[in-house]
Amino acid sequence: MNIQRINALIKKDVKILYRVPASLFLTILFPIVLTVAFGMAFGGGSSGLDSTYRIGIIDLDNSRWSEYFIGNISQNDVLINVSYINSEIGQNDLAQGKISALIIIPSNFGASIDSFWANPNDPSTWINTTVELFVDQGSLVASNAIPPLFQQILLTTIYGELEAAPQSVQIGNPAEVSSEHLTQFDLMAPGLFAFAAIFATMLVAEGFVEQRSSGLLRRIQLTPTSPTEVITSSFISNMITAILQVTILFGAIIIMGFTPQTDITGILFCFVMVVLLTLCSVGFGLIAASIAKNPGAATGLSFIFILPQMFFGTFVPGSSDIGQLVPSYYVTHTLTSILLRGAAITSETIIYDLIVIIGFTIIVIILGIGIFSKFGREK
Amino acid sequence: MSINGIKVQDLVKKFNGVTAVNGLNFEVNPGELFGLLGPNGAGKTTTINIMTGLLQPTSGTAFVGGFDVRKQASKIRKLIGVAPQDPSYFTHLTGRENVELFGNLHNVPKNVIKKRTKDLLELVGLTEGAKRRAGTYSGGMIRRISLVMALINDPEIAFLDEPTVAMDPQSRHATWDFIKDLKTREKTVILTTHYIEEAEELCDRVGIIDHGKLIALDTPKTLMQEHNTTNLEDVFLEITGRNIRE
Repeated sequence: MNIQRINALIKKDVKILYRVPASLFLTILFPIVLTVAFGMAFGGGSSGLDSTYRIGIIDLDNSRWSEYFIGNISQNDVLINVSYINSEIGQNDLAQGKISALIIIPSNFGASIDSFWANPNDPSTWINTTVELFVDQGSLVASNAIPPLFQQILLTTIYGELEAAPQSVQIGNPAEVSSEHLTQFDLMAPGLFAFAAIFATMLVAEGFVEQRSSGLLRRIQLTPTSPTEVITSSFISNMITAILQVTILFGAIIIMGFTPQTDITGILFCFVMVVLLTLCSVGFGLIAASIAKNPGAATGLSFIFILPQMFFGTFVPGSSDIGQLVPSYYVTHTLTSILLRGAAITSETIIYDLIVIIGFTIIVIILGIGIFSKFGREK
Repeated sequence: MSINGIKVQDLVKKFNGVTAVNGLNFEVNPGELFGLLGPNGAGKTTTINIMTGLLQPTSGTAFVGGFDVRKQASKIRKLIGVAPQDPSYFTHLTGRENVELFGNLHNVPKNVIKKRTKDLLELVGLTEGAKRRAGTYSGGMIRRISLVMALINDPEIAFLDEPTVAMDPQSRHATWDFIKDLKTREKTVILTTHYIEEAEELCDRVGIIDHGKLIALDTPKTLMQEHNTTNLEDVFLEITGRNIRE
């Protein structure tokens, strides 16, 4: 292998990468846009519930207890009250998504609480009633978050603030336990790296098919350059691209509020995992280029390799059982363990993931080079 | 055979039963400008592809610079420069970057690449044009940059496959001067063309191919004298009864 040739081919690849708008977008801008969009949609703050919900309230009771209940709802930072005079208008707004939930306080609400406090130990004397709660079923977050919030507010209304009451059972000292509440974006962030890396498949497949269709591979073949040098340069230029991609992505997720639970060693290890996945993607790209007859077909065929990895091995929720069949799963799993849980790079699960991804990469590269050398150089 | 010569022996190439090259025999002397003349589909490009190691012959062989195309293609590639019929180049690189890339692929020292690129671009009149991306070039510019890409390694043997197709008359004559300059530097040049005047103007000897067979081989002057014609087109007509452009 000749360094001058490989160097020249790498420089050529890098120049083409930043001069072809589609390649530049797919490699650099697309992951950034995706990160910023996801960060804005699913990130922000530390509670994961910092969004506010507009709540419709119909008070059929108008007692001091219902006023107290509504007051407690108002004190919650997450809920914004909107009063309705009848159920029909409230239901209509809920159906249109103008409010996230509608609560109907029954006319005997106050009487019910009074009856409870008159004989707290004799349920037979209580006036039982039900507070109706309707939640926006179109919002997964709202339908999960709002019912427990109301349950808590209702308990506070009936029993008052229990924190001050003496209790025989205590939860351990909170100062000794640290608990990080993760946003949805935090959970997605590790998968973004794998998501960006798997698109190398498409770039490589398109690149090689274009060079073949235009006669460039043939022309290069007329120089002393060997096929090994051409493919090696492609692997190296894609590695360089991957490192650049990961660096930019990492900067983007930090800006969007992600805090990695690891040190510099862990971060570097994550880089290595993503580079390995990129090399694996280059191998898939060579296979796609060997089958495809034109650049359009190369794009389509690339998705045979991209889609399963995207759905089963990145931030897209999928079955973890099927996920174990795709290389991106192991990279996302490692990145999640290191960046979110602070797992040590020497831990058993990380070593296992590393071995599996190295195995995948070696097999796919050998297959890619073999198939491309046999079927891909001429069509 | 001298080191920079070519010898073609009983060369046959078949594609799925169709014979593209049918028992070719000829020799090209070192420093000679040899023309392969024939109509489209005569087998000229297939012959070039075999001589440059891109295609394996069905039978027979060829020796380029003393190396057998069947077994020593990698050694042949160090000696040759090829300007293909369909000029391929990286559209997103400038003309100069394309030339320099191929200089590097031939392992030419960096300082030599710089100087040679400058000289060659000047010779083909592309000093300014080479700063632009090749994707913006006209047909004539593409041919000229392709020629420079082929010759950046200063090859001992140059294969120029239809180098002036789609060129305007002015560019064509500039390219002819460029090719003549190769001859003055004692390079062996194999030129395929279906332009009669090009073969007459440039070639020391001409091999006329039809249906994969060599039907005539000599200097243009001798061929015209033998067939009592005033140009090579009439020579072809005299031998085959057809026009070379049919």
